[in-house]
Order: sequence, then C-alpha cells, then structure tokens
Amino acid sequence: MDFAISPEQKEIQELALKFARNEMIPVAQEMDEHGTFPMDIFKKAWELGLCNTCIPVEYGGTGFTSLDGVIISEALAYGCMGMNTSFMANDLALLPIVIGGTDEQKKKFLTPFTQEFRIASFCLTEPGNGSDAGGLKTTLKDGGDHWILNGEKMWITNAGYAHLFVVYATVDVNLKHKGICAIVVDPKTAGIVLGKKEDKMGHRSSDTRSVRFNNVKVPKENMLGGVGEGWSIAMKTLDHSRPLVASSALGGAWRALDLSINYAKERVQFGVTISKHQAVQFMIAEMAMKVEASRLLVYKAAWMCDQHVKNTEVASYAKAFAADSCMQITTDAVQIYGGYGYSKEYPVEKLMRDAKLIQIYEGTSQIQRLVIAREVLK
Amino acid sequence: MNIFVCVKQVPDTETKVTPNADGSFIETSSIKWIMNPYDEFAVEQALLIKQANPAANVTVVRVGSVKDTEALRTAMAMGADDGILVEAGDNLDSFSIAKALKGAIDKSGKSADLVFAGKQAIDDDCLQVPQILAQMLNLPSVAVVVGFELTGSTVKAKREVEGGALEVYEVATPCVIACNKGLNTPRYASLPGIMKAKKKPLAQHSLADVGVSDADRRVKYSGFRLPPEKPAGKKFDATDAAKQRDVVAQVVGLLRTEAKII
Repeated sequence: MDFAISPEQKEIQELALKFARNEMIPVAQEMDEHGTFPMDIFKKAWELGLCNTCIPVEYGGTGFTSLDGVIISEALAYGCMGMNTSFMANDLALLPIVIGGTDEQKKKFLTPFTQEFRIASFCLTEPGNGSDAGGLKTTLKDGGDHWILNGEKMWITNAGYAHLFVVYATVDVNLKHKGICAIVVDPKTAGIVLGKKEDKMGHRSSDTRSVRFNNVKVPKENMLGGVGEGWSIAMKTLDHSRPLVASSALGGAWRALDLSINYAKERVQFGVTISKHQAVQFMIAEMAMKVEASRLLVYKAAWMCDQHVKNTEVASYAKAFAADSCMQITTDAVQIYGGYGYSKEYPVEKLMRDAKLIQIYEGTSQIQRLVIAREVLK
Repeated sequence: MNIFVCVKQVPDTETKVTPNADGSFIETSSIKWIMNPYDEFAVEQALLIKQANPAANVTVVRVGSVKDTEALRTAMAMGADDGILVEAGDNLDSFSIAKALKGAIDKSGKSADLVFAGKQAIDDDCLQVPQILAQMLNLPSVAVVVGFELTGSTVKAKREVEGGALEVYEVATPCVIACNKGLNTPRYASLPGIMKAKKKPLAQHSLADVGVSDADRRVKYSGFRLPPEKPAGKKFDATDAAKQRDVVAQVVGLLRTEAKII
C-alpha cells in the first residue's frame, strides 16, 4: 500500500496550486462579488492543460487518470470553488461522451475541446426534478431523420457560454429510468432559450441558468448509447464525477484550514496569539483531521475508478464526507476569524457560502447517504 | 543559435530557515526547493528568443545537489530543450559555481551565443556569478537587465540604475545577460510540458568532470546563525509633566549607553 502521490502527480499539483495562487486567489473575491464569469482564467487553465482532464489521449486529451484529475481539481478549488465549478462542469459534460460515446462520436465531440478553448454543460436537473433525477420530464420524440427535444432544464452550469450540451431526456415518461437517453445538443440550435443568470449565494462567478428546449431538432447520430441507455450513462458518469466534485470541497476546506492556521498565529487576544488558546487549537485540529480524512476518501474513490473497481459506495462516502466537512471547516474558519470572518473584506465568508453548494449539487449529502445505505444494506 | 540559461535552486520563499548543526550552512533536509525567481526571467527570455528563432537550442545549467532537480525540470517543462546538472554541495561559493558553469558550457561542445542568468539568487544574494562567469568566458555582460532586444548579433539591453533611470547598452553576442524582475512575465510549465520534460536529455557531471576542485573555493562559510531575537521594547511613562525632564534624560541616556545609537 502506498499513500504517496507520484513525483509526476506532485508536479501537476504544484502547477495547479501555483495557478490557483497567482491567477485565481487574487481576483476570486472581486469576481464573486460581481458574479463575473472567469473567461480569461478558464482559458488560461485550458492552455496549461488543467481542464478537460477526462479526454483520452486517442482523442487529443492528456490521458490523465481520475486520480490526476482530482489532484488538479482539489488545487484549483483551493484557488476558488466557484471558478472550479465552471472548470469541472466541462468534465462533467464530457464524461458521458467518454463513457457512452462511439469512436466516431468521441472524435467529433471530444477532439475539438483539445484543439481550441471550449465550454460544455451537463443538463440533467429540471425545475421539478433534482434528487429524483430519474423522474425527468424533458422529452425526445422521433422526428424521422432527427429527434425533437422539448422541456426545461434547471441550474445548468456554464449554460450561457457553452459550445456543447449533453442533455438527458426521455422517449416516454412512463418508462421511468428505462426511457432515458443522453444526447449531445448544439446550444446554437433553433428553439433553445436560455434563462437569466441565477443570482446565487455562492459560486457566484460560475454561470448558472435554466435552459428551455422548444421543438429543438437534434441529429439522430448525437445520441450516446441507445434509447434507454441514458440512465446507466448518467450513473456511470456520477461514479467518475463524484470524486471530482468531492475534490472541490476538499480544496476549499484545505484553503480554509490554511487561512485559519495563518490567522490564528497572527491574531493576539489576552496577550497571546489565539493559536495558543485551546479552544481555537481544538477547532484547527478538527479541521486538519477532516481535511486529511476527506483527502484519503477522495483519492481512494478516484483511484478505484482508475482500477476499474466499482466505486459507487466510496464515491458517495467521499462526496458526502468532503462536502459536509468543508461546510463545517469553512464555518469554523469564520468562527476563528470572529467579526473579521463575517466581513467580506476577509476571504473566509466566501468559502462558507461556496461550501454550501457542494452539499447540494451532484447528489445532496442526503442522497449520498441513501446511496451508501442501499449499497451496504444490499 | 545556442542559448545557455544558468539556474539555481533556492529554498521556497515561505521556508523557515535554520542553521545546520555545525553552522556551515542551513539545514536542507526539509526544505522545499524552487527555481530562483530571477532565473525564471532568464529562462523566459531564452524561450522568447527560441520562439522567434525555432532553430535556437536552449540548455539549462545548474550546479547543486542531486536530491531534487526541481529547477531544471521546471525550466525544461517551460520549454528548454535540454539540461546539464553539475553535482555539487548546495553551499559552494560564487567563484566555484561560475567555474563549474563555465566548465559545463565548455563540456557541452556547443559554443554559447547567449548566456542568461538571474541577476542574483534570493538565498545568499551574492549578485556575483553572472559577472564572474562572463569574465571566465571572456564575454561582455550586462546585469540587472529589464529590457532586452536581439537584432542579428546585437543585443540592446536596458539596465536599471539608482533613481529609476535606465542605462541602455549595445552589446555584441556572445554575451552574458543577468536578468531582473520586469524583463518579462515567465510562463507556466504546462501539463503537456511537464510530461515532455521527462524525455528531454539531462547530462550529469561531477565537479571534477568540469574542472572544479576544493582549491577553487574563495569563500568558506562558517558560523551560520539566526539573527538574535529582538528584545522586548521598553516603555517610558511621560504623562506626568513634572517627571518629563527625568524621563527624557533617562531615554537619552539609554540610547547612548545601551542602544548605542547616539
């Protein structure tokens, strides 16, 4: 058993951390405040090979493992969880193509992402279907030589800037999971209407919108897998993407820990730095423990993906534990900073707002527990 | 065109430095090493020239320990073509390092058209190696360079002088250029760059291979120690007008006898 990351992974991590420190942290607060989409930073990250890590070498990608991917995402989330959501959304949208696409589809849809800077969106959630994703209402009707797509998707990350959507829709609502299909849609197709940018509590620099499809024509050859295979593609995507999303919580928690340590060593109360007060020490010890435990779970869940071992259960451990820990750790970071922590002039309140979303998206902490219970009680 | 870039590996700026047991150097066992930040400007300038002259070859040279080759790997991941490592201790003096660099450049069999280095290393801050190296190579050199233009075999180099003024030099290649912050914006090593760097040739020599021996040492370090801890300040209460004369006399006396600054 080896708990160390490889020298190569260490280098990748150092590059991503350097990028986070130099490019993301200095502007994160301002972009959060104004809800600015991190277009230039996203593009720069892409140029350095920090994005779309899931694309295999055969299609022009870097061929990184899932573990490489979470190491990068953890470091970028250290810079800003909100911006990292935008970066990650690309992988989330491209993964169904990697998992369920034919060779031809992969060449057509993945390779352009390696040749020029492009943005993608994963469209699963609907206004009435969040946790119950299988009960989706967006429909696909056979239009002869094409499909006709109708319905509305909600909370779609990157929607306003996307060059590609992967949309989940059903050929028959009554078929439930068995009717669900995954299909690649060009966002410029007639009949697609984007909602306004959502004004969110956190992750404010990431672009989140509703997407409405009104009789949108989609080429037949854009379907990933066959009719009814969408659900299984979505579930396999989640096995890959949950460690990734968990790594974002891990990165945010790590940042909150680092900031808390630095602040506790500077802030003086009762004649000594607050790091000398046991009450603060205990909070920091708890944070450090949870960051390390999250990291072990996240890396293991990603490593299992790379070993082609079914990781559904561990991916849910990682997602729930890292997200809940991140919430606790960022909340305690605000506590350690005291009144300053509650002010927008200091970086920790943003971390606390950003942490909340990770307990919600990509399967809530409660859904993760349902998944875990289902697996362990089998 | 052959471009050599001399790089040094220095402790990360956030390192807490402690002297080693015999005071001959700092404790290096737990240090995280980085490329000397001024050397990043040197690497970037070489790569900019390579971009404009695709036939140019950029070789990075480093003298130091083999424990970690961070600086060379970073430079090659940024785009340098090959590397030379001269294995040595981390506490050599400037003269030995310059001699080893010259030896390594000579040994490469390539004649240098341009040699870049950072103007100084941020650990010992000697600001000597580029100039000594230029002397040994018998080449002109310009140090603290913030502007660089290459036209044919003429270099126009701008260097900073006191008061923010600039001196502009015209130098014929080959020459040695010691780079300062502001010259350019060093690029990141991209992930594909990091992968490619592993396959790039890295020659390794001993100090003896490049003609350096203990006899070349001009400076021997001893007695590394941390600066004395700042003693707590003294407070004098002069709120009572009647006592002010005495307090002032006491402060002046202490400044004279204890602090010895007046």
